[in-house]
Amino acid sequence: MAPKKEFSILLAGEAGQGINSIEAILVRLLKQSGFHVFAAKEYMSRVRGGTNSTSIRISGRRVSAPVDTVDLFIPLTEAAVQRYQHRFSDNTITVGEQAVVKSDRMHDVPFASIGKELGDKRYASMVAAGVVAGMLNLDPDVLSALIQKRFAGKDSAVTEANIKAAAHGIQAGKEIAQKIHLSVAIPQSGETASELMMTGTDAVALGAVAGGCDSVFAYPMTPGSGVFTALAQTSHETGILVEQVEDEIGVINMALGAWYAGARALVSTSGGGFALMTEGISLSGMTETPVVVHVGQRPGPATGLPTRSEQGDLNLVLHAGHGTFPRIILAPGSLEQAFFLTQKAFNLADEYQIPVFILTDQYFVDMYYNLPAFDLTGLENKNGFVEAGEDYKRYRLTDSGVSPRGIPGFGPGRVCADSDEHDESGRITEDLDGISRQMKDKRFRKFDLVKQAAVAPDLYGPEDYKMLFVAWGSTLPAAREALERTGSKTAALLHFSQVWPLHSGTLRLIEKAERIIAIENNQTGAFSDLLRMETGAAVERKILKYNGLPFSVEELAARMKEVL
Amino acid sequence: MNTDYFDIPNVEKAWCPGCGNFGLRAIVMNAYAELGLKKENLVMVSGIGQAAKSPHYYDVSYFNGLHGRALPAATGIKAANPELTVVVQSGDGDMYGEGGNHFLHTIRRNPDITVIVHDNMVYGLTKGQAAPTSQIGMKTPVQIDGVFEEPINPLTLAISLGATFVAQGSAGERELTTELIKQGIRHKGFALINVFQACPSFNKLNTAQWFKDNIRAVPDDYDPSDKAAAFRKALETVPWPVGVIYRETGKPTFEDHIHKNDSTPLYRRPRSAERVKKLLESKR
Repeated sequence: MAPKKEFSILLAGEAGQGINSIEAILVRLLKQSGFHVFAAKEYMSRVRGGTNSTSIRISGRRVSAPVDTVDLFIPLTEAAVQRYQHRFSDNTITVGEQAVVKSDRMHDVPFASIGKELGDKRYASMVAAGVVAGMLNLDPDVLSALIQKRFAGKDSAVTEANIKAAAHGIQAGKEIAQKIHLSVAIPQSGETASELMMTGTDAVALGAVAGGCDSVFAYPMTPGSGVFTALAQTSHETGILVEQVEDEIGVINMALGAWYAGARALVSTSGGGFALMTEGISLSGMTETPVVVHVGQRPGPATGLPTRSEQGDLNLVLHAGHGTFPRIILAPGSLEQAFFLTQKAFNLADEYQIPVFILTDQYFVDMYYNLPAFDLTGLENKNGFVEAGEDYKRYRLTDSGVSPRGIPGFGPGRVCADSDEHDESGRITEDLDGISRQMKDKRFRKFDLVKQAAVAPDLYGPEDYKMLFVAWGSTLPAAREALERTGSKTAALLHFSQVWPLHSGTLRLIEKAERIIAIENNQTGAFSDLLRMETGAAVERKILKYNGLPFSVEELAARMKEVL
Repeated sequence: MNTDYFDIPNVEKAWCPGCGNFGLRAIVMNAYAELGLKKENLVMVSGIGQAAKSPHYYDVSYFNGLHGRALPAATGIKAANPELTVVVQSGDGDMYGEGGNHFLHTIRRNPDITVIVHDNMVYGLTKGQAAPTSQIGMKTPVQIDGVFEEPINPLTLAISLGATFVAQGSAGERELTTELIKQGIRHKGFALINVFQACPSFNKLNTAQWFKDNIRAVPDDYDPSDKAAAFRKALETVPWPVGVIYRETGKPTFEDHIHKNDSTPLYRRPRSAERVKKLLESKR
C-alpha cells in the first residue's frame, strides 16, 4: 500500500475521561513536528458520561475542514465504538483497552492499567497520546517538553508519571505500527511550528481586542460563552471590563448603555439568549446606539441540541427587533475572516451607529487549525463619536442619515437618546408628518450607506463558471475542499462572509451562472431564500444538512457530484 | 444655584394636572441645584412609563431606554465613564415589575448610581392597572375583584440584597425628599429612594392626602446603620416610614471592581489594533 499522505485520528470517550488533554497535547506535538493540523470536537450537553469525541486531521498541506475518514480510532469506552462505527473502513486501525472495549480488530493497549501502575488512572490520557506519537514516529523529547509545559506548576511527580505514561504509549504505538506495517509519509515543513493555532472562539475574541473592544457583557450560553471566557481570561492584560449579567435582556441593555457613554462593548450569546435580546436590538436601531453582538448558533427551537451546530438562526438575527432599522450581519468562514471581520465589526457599528452581528456556530467556535500570522499592517480603529458642543443635538438631520454621535461627559452638550420616536434633540415627538417621519427617513438613509460598505463575497474556482455553489459562514473550508475533490472545471464556489446586506456586486456574479446550488448547514436554506429575495435569482437545489453536525469534506463532495 | 439651571421650560410635560410627578420634578431639580451639579457630567436614565418621561423635562443628558431596563443601561453608562453622575428616575412598574430581575441584581452589583422610584401604587401610562406596589384589594379595570398579589416592599427587598443606601420619601414632603435625593447622590454605591406620590387619574385610593396621613418620618434618634433595626423599620406599614432607612458606608462599588487599577473613562483609552499583538503571540 502506498504511504498515507494524510492521517486522521478519532478520539472518543466519556466526558471527563481526558479526551481534551490528549487532544491538546497531540495537536501541539503535531504542529511542532511540522505537520498541518486541524481538529474539531463533538460533545454532549453533560459534564460527565455520554460520548464526546475529537477528530484530528494531520496533513502535509493546509487543512481546515473535517473529514469522515478515520485512520486511527482510539475509543475509551464501548459506547464510543457503537457511536462512530459508521465512519470506519477496513483500513481503520483501532487501539483500545481490551478490558474496557470489546472490538474484534482492536490492538490492545491497557491505557488505564498502565496509568494505575504509575499511580493514577488519569495518566491513561498520556499513554494514548504516546501511542499516536509512537505510531507516527514523532519526537519523544518534544512530547516530554509539551507534557512538562502542560503540567508546569504541579507536583513534579505528576509530570514525571505523565512522561512515563507517554513513553509506555510510544513503545506500544511503535509495536503496533511495525506489526501492521503502517506506512505514513506526510510531508513535514518547518513553517507550522511557529505558526498560529487557535479556535474560532479565539479568532473572534482576538478580533474584538484588535477592534478596540473595551468591555464585554454576557450571560453564559453554549456555544457563545467561549468568546466571553476568552476575553475574561485575558482581561488583566487588555484591561477589558467583564461582567456576567443576570440575563440576556440585562446584557444587551448594559452594552447599549456602555456604548452610549463611549465604550466599545461586545455581547456574546447563542440563539435562545439572543432571542431575549431582540427588544434591545430594536433599541439600538431606534436610539442609533452602536453595538456588536456575537451569536454562536446551535440547533433550535428552544433548548434544541445545546452543544451541536447549525446555521439555523440567520432569519432570527436578520429580523430580530421590531420596526425598521439597518444592521450588518457578518458570517466568517475562516479563522482569518473571524479575526478581521470582528475587528471591522466594531468600526462599522461605530461609524453607522447600528447593531453589527458576527454569526458563527458551535462547529466554528470549537474547531481549530494552524495558520500563518495575521498581517496587522494598516489595521485601524476609528472612533465614531464627537465632542458635543453647547447646542449639540443627538439626532441632527443629515443627508447621509448619520448624525454626529456625542457621548455624555465629552463636551458641554447634552446627549439625549430616546427609545420613543424623537426630534433632533432627542425629545419625544408625535408629529407624524413632520419630524417623526423625517427621523424614519433619516434612519432609512443609512441602509444605502451600509450597503455600500458591504464585504464582497469571495469566488473560488474558475472565473468562467457555469455552475455556482453558494455558501456562507462556517461551511467555507469544507465547500472549498469538496469542490476541489469533484475535479469540476466549470463549477465555482461563491462564499458570503457578509450575509446582510449583500454586496452590490452579488447580482452580477449570480447572473453569470447557469445553475446555482446552495450549501447550507440548516434545514430550509434560509440564505437561499435571502439570495432570491435580494437578487431574484433562484437556487436550483439546496444541499442541506441539519442533524447538528457540520458537513464533512467527503459527504459534501459526494453531494456536489450528484448535482454536477 | 438657581434651580432653573436644569429646567427646560419649552418642553411640554405629558402629565395629568395634579400628578405627583410635577412635585417630584421640582424636588429633583432642587436637589441637583443644591448639590451644585454640572449638566455636562450628569446623565439620567429611565425606562418607560409616565415617571420614565421625567428625564425629558430637565436640561440634562439622558438615555430613555426600554420598559424595565433602566438599571442595566445605567450600570453600563457608569461603568463606561465613572466620572459621570448617573441618576435613574422611573416608576414602580418599570423598576419593580418589568425590571424586577435587574433590580435584584443591580443592588448586588452595587454600581455608584442613584435610583429614584415614583411609587404611586398604580400604572398610569397604561391607564390604571395594578402596579407591583398596589395594595391588596384595590380594584382596577383589570383586577376587578381587587388586587390579589402581595405588594412588593422595595425597602426590605433592597436591604436584604445588600443595598447600602435605602430611603423612602414622598412627593408631598418636598424638603425631606430633596434631602434624601441629595444624600443618595452623595452616597458612594447603589442608592434607592422610593418616593410615594399620588396618581389623581388612576389611583383613587392612595391620594395625596392618604399619603400625607399614612407616612411618618423616622424618629430623630433612629440609627440607619443598624441593619436589623432597619429591616424592622422597613417592614412597617400604615404608617409607612419616610427618611433614610438604611445606610452603610465603605462597600466597594461595581466600578471599583470592574475597573481594577484604571478608572479612565473608556472613551479616553487608546484603541490601537496593535494591542492584540502580544495575545496573538501566545497563540503560536
